[in-house]
Amino acid sequence: MRRPKPPLFLARAPYRRRRLRDAARLLPVVGIFLLLLPLLWTPDSRVALRSGDVIYFFLVWLGLIGVAAAFAPGLRGGDGTDDEED
Amino acid sequence: MPFNLLVLSCLLYVAFLFAVAFLVERRAARGRLGWLRSPLVYTLSLSIYCTAWTFYGAVGYAARSGLEFLTIYFGPTLVFIGWWWLLRKLVRIGRQYHVTSIADLISSRYGKSNLLGVIVTLIAVIAATPYIALQLQSVVLSFGVFASAAPDGSRPLDPGQTAVWVAVGLAFFTILFGTRNLDAREQHHGIVTAIAVEAVVKLVALLAVGSFVVWGIAGGVAEVIAKIDAADLSAWQVEPGRWTGLIFLSAAAVITLPRMFQVMVVENEDEGHLARASWAFPLYLLAMSLFIVPIAVVGLERMPAGSNPDMFVLTLPLAEGQGALAMLVFLGGFSSATSMVIVESIALATMISNHVMIPLWLRLRPGAAAADDLRSVVLMARRLAIAIVLALGYGYYHVSGGSAALAAIGLVAFLGVAQVLPAMLGGIFWRGATRTGALLGLLTGLVVWAYTSFLPSFGPGAALSEAVFTQGLFGLSWLRPQALFGTQTMDPITHALFWSMALNVLAFCLGSLFTFPGPVERLQGAAFVNVFEGSVGPQRWARGQVDPEALLGMAQRILGEETALSFFQDAARSQGKEGFLPDPTPTFLDQLETRLSGSVGAATAHAMISQLVGRATVTVEDLMAVASESAQLLEYSTQLEAREAELTRTAGALREANEKLTQLSLQKDAFLSQISHELRTPMTSIRAFSEILTDGDLPPEAVMRYGRIIHDEAKRLTRLLDNLLDLSVLENGSVQLNLGLASLQGMIDTALTAARQTRPDRDFLVVRDLPSEAIYLKTDADRLTQVFINLISNARKYCDAARPELRIVVRQRAGRVTVDFIDNGKGIPKDSQSLIFEKFARLTDANRAGGAGLGLAICREIMTSLGGAVAYLPGQKGAAFRVTVPLRLERQAA
Repeated sequence: MRRPKPPLFLARAPYRRRRLRDAARLLPVVGIFLLLLPLLWTPDSRVALRSGDVIYFFLVWLGLIGVAAAFAPGLRGGDGTDDEED
Repeated sequence: MPFNLLVLSCLLYVAFLFAVAFLVERRAARGRLGWLRSPLVYTLSLSIYCTAWTFYGAVGYAARSGLEFLTIYFGPTLVFIGWWWLLRKLVRIGRQYHVTSIADLISSRYGKSNLLGVIVTLIAVIAATPYIALQLQSVVLSFGVFASAAPDGSRPLDPGQTAVWVAVGLAFFTILFGTRNLDAREQHHGIVTAIAVEAVVKLVALLAVGSFVVWGIAGGVAEVIAKIDAADLSAWQVEPGRWTGLIFLSAAAVITLPRMFQVMVVENEDEGHLARASWAFPLYLLAMSLFIVPIAVVGLERMPAGSNPDMFVLTLPLAEGQGALAMLVFLGGFSSATSMVIVESIALATMISNHVMIPLWLRLRPGAAAADDLRSVVLMARRLAIAIVLALGYGYYHVSGGSAALAAIGLVAFLGVAQVLPAMLGGIFWRGATRTGALLGLLTGLVVWAYTSFLPSFGPGAALSEAVFTQGLFGLSWLRPQALFGTQTMDPITHALFWSMALNVLAFCLGSLFTFPGPVERLQGAAFVNVFEGSVGPQRWARGQVDPEALLGMAQRILGEETALSFFQDAARSQGKEGFLPDPTPTFLDQLETRLSGSVGAATAHAMISQLVGRATVTVEDLMAVASESAQLLEYSTQLEAREAELTRTAGALREANEKLTQLSLQKDAFLSQISHELRTPMTSIRAFSEILTDGDLPPEAVMRYGRIIHDEAKRLTRLLDNLLDLSVLENGSVQLNLGLASLQGMIDTALTAARQTRPDRDFLVVRDLPSEAIYLKTDADRLTQVFINLISNARKYCDAARPELRIVVRQRAGRVTVDFIDNGKGIPKDSQSLIFEKFARLTDANRAGGAGLGLAICREIMTSLGGAVAYLPGQKGAAFRVTVPLRLERQAA
C-alpha cells in the first residue's frame, strides 16, 4: 500500500521539533570545525604547548556538552517513528 | 605502604564488586531493578571506554606528545553529541532485532551470513587480545610500583605470576556473572552495575590525584598554567593529518569496539537513556581528562628523569608520601583494567560461541538441534570462550614480555576494530550494501591493517622481517608496510588508517555495486535501514510442515523449560488456541527466531529453525522475490476492486436519486393539475352564479338560492385551501404540537360526535369496547382527534353496506396503542390500497361530499409527526384503518 503522503507544511510545535533535530545533527559538524580550528593557528607543525590551547580545547568541549545537554530533553520525546524525514 | 595491605584491599575491593553484582542479579531476578536501570548507570557503564590504557597511559601520552591524547576523547564526544545521526539508529536496531554483538549485527544485516560473523569475530579477537594483555600489564606494573616502593623492598614480585592470578581471577568473575543464564536479550545487570561502580571509583581516583597535584603540589590553578607554559614538553606535534585521523579513529572505535557495542547497544534498557548519555558521557570523559596535563607537567618536573610517565598517576602521590591516595589510584587503575577485561571478554565470548562454536557444533552433529540440551552447550561454549580470550591475552602478555611495544597497541587495536565501520555504517544507512561487498571490505581492511599496522607493531624483525620493512614485500618497494604505494609522509598510524580505510571502503562499495543481494539479505537490509519506519518486517518464514512439538523441544533447550512454555502458550493464545502448541505460522516462526537469536545469535537461530522447518528456507528464498511482487500486484488489484465497488455504489445512488426526482416531478405536475381542477370547479360555479346575480330582476328566492350556492362554494374553497395549508405545514415538519395528557375515550367520543355531521341522514351502528379505551395518552389530543374524525367520516361517507356498522378496537402493547376503525363495507381494492394516502386520491367520484382527497394524506402526516402511523388494515371484511400512536410522546420525538 502506498504510504500516506506526509504533510507539506507543519504546525509550529512539530516544526520546532524538527529544527531541533537539525540542530542536533549539526552539532557534531560544529564540533569538528572547532576542534580542527587550532590546526590553522600556527604555520609550523611543531609548536610549543601553550596553556591557552589547553583552555581553548576544554572550553570548546564543555560548550559542546552544554549544548548537547540543552538539546537532549527535546529530542527524547519524539522517537521519530511518525515523522522521520523533514 | 605494606604490600600485603595492598593485596588485601585489592581482594576486599573485588569481594565488594562480587557483592554488588550478586545483589543486583538477585534483584533483577525478582524484577525489581528500579534506579539500577537509570540513565546514570547506563552512562557510567559506557565508561569502560576508559581502560587502564587511558587511566595510566593518558598522562604518559600527554608527557610524550602534548595534547594529542585529547583526540582519543574528542572522537567519542563527537559521536555522542551527534547521537541523532547514528547511535539512535544503532540502539533501535539492536533492540528491535535482539542483536547480541557487533558480529551478530553485521551477520544478520547481510542475510544472516555466518561467514561475516566469523570474520568480524576474528577481527575483534585479534584486535582485542593485545588490548587485554595491555590491561594485564598495567595491573602488573602498578603492583610493581607498590612493591618497589615498599620500605623493605625485599619482597620479590614475579610479574608473570601476578598476571596469571589477575587473569584467572577475572575469568572466574566473568564466568560467574557473565554466563549465569542465557538471557533472551543477553543482558547482564549485575556486571553492568559493578562496572558503573568501577566507573565511579576510577573517576574519583583520577579527580583526587588531580586535585592533589594542582592544589597540593603545584599550589593552585595559576601556578599550573604557568608551569604548563614553562614546561619542557612544549613541543607537541599537531600534524593536521594525524590530529584529524586520530579523532576519526577514536570516533570509529567507540562504535565498533565489541565492549562498547555490548554496553551501548546490547545492555541498553531504554532508548531514552541514550539522550541523557549523549551529553553525560562526554562530560565523564572531560572530567577524566581534566587533570591529565597538570599531572603530566608536574610529574615531569618532580619525578627523576627516566621514570615511566605512564605511572605518574601512581608514583606522584607515592613520592609525596600520600599512601592512601596512591591506594585509591591503584584501585582506580585496577577498576579500569578489570571492567574492560570483563566486558570485552563477555562480548568476545558471545561472538565466539554464537558464530564459531555453536555453528561448528551444529555442523558436526546435524541432528543436535532437536536432540541435545543446547542450553548447557551454549553456556559451556561461552565459558570456554571467556577462558580462551583471557588465555590469549595472558599468552600475548607473556610472549611480548610486557615490552614497551604494548604501549602503542591501543591505537593499533582501535584501528583493527574500525575495519568493521564501513560494513556497519553501510549496513544501516545504505540498502544497496551487499554481503559480498561487506565480505570484500572486511577482508581487505583486515589484511591491510594486519600488514601495515598490526604486524609492524611487534617491531622490525619480529613478525615481519627487517627486509620487508625497508625494501617491501617480495622486494617491491611500493609494498613497504609503512609506506604503501610510496606514501612516506604520514606517520605509521595515520598511514595505516588511511590505507586500510580507503581500500576497505573501496572494496566494500565496489563489491556492493557489482553484486546482487539474495532475497533474505534484501529484506534484512530494508528492515535495518528503515528501522524507524517499521513498515518492512524482517525475513519471513513460509508456512512449513514443521511439527510445533519439535519447535517447542528446541526452544526449551535454548530458552529453558518455563520460558519456552510460556512463550509458546502466549503465542497459542494469540492464535486463539488452547494449550501450548501454536500453529507454525510465519509470524510465529519469526517471533521464535527473534527470541532465539537473543540467546544464540541471528545466524545460528536461523540455521536451527531451518533445520526443523526443513528445506523451507530455500523455497522461501525463491518465493520471496515473487511473493513481494505478487503481493504488490495483489494490493493494487484489491485497491482497484475497492474503487470499482465504490463507483458502482455511487452510480446506484445516483440512479435512485434520479428516479426519485422524476417521480417527484411527475407528482408535482399531477398535484398542480389536480389543484387547479379542484380550485376551478367551485370558482366556475361562483362566477356563473354571480354573473346571473349581476343581471338583476330575479325573484328574491332565486337570489337567496344562488347566494347560498356561492356561499357554499366559497366555503368549499376555503376548506380546500385550509387543508392544503395544513398539509404543507405538516409536510415541512414545522408543525407545533400541543402535548398533554388526554383520555383516548374522550377523544373518540369527540370524534364520533363531530363526524355525525357527515351525512347525518345515515344511521350508523358504532361498536366500542369502553373499558379498553380507558387509556390516557400523552400526545396532541386535537391532532389525534382530527385523525379520528377523518377516519370516522370516511367510514360514514364510503361505507356502502345496507346497515352500516363501525367497530372501534383499541389495543395496547409495548408502549404503543393501536386503534382500529373497521366498517362492514366492501373495503378498498387491493391495488388501490397503496394509493389512498396520496394527495387527491379519491377512488370514486360517486360520493364526493365536498372532500378534496386530502384527508388521508393529512392523517398520515399528522401521525408521522405524532410519532405514530396510520395504515390500511387488510383482511377485515371491510375497510379498516389502524392508527398506531405512542403511549407517551416525548418532546424531542415531535
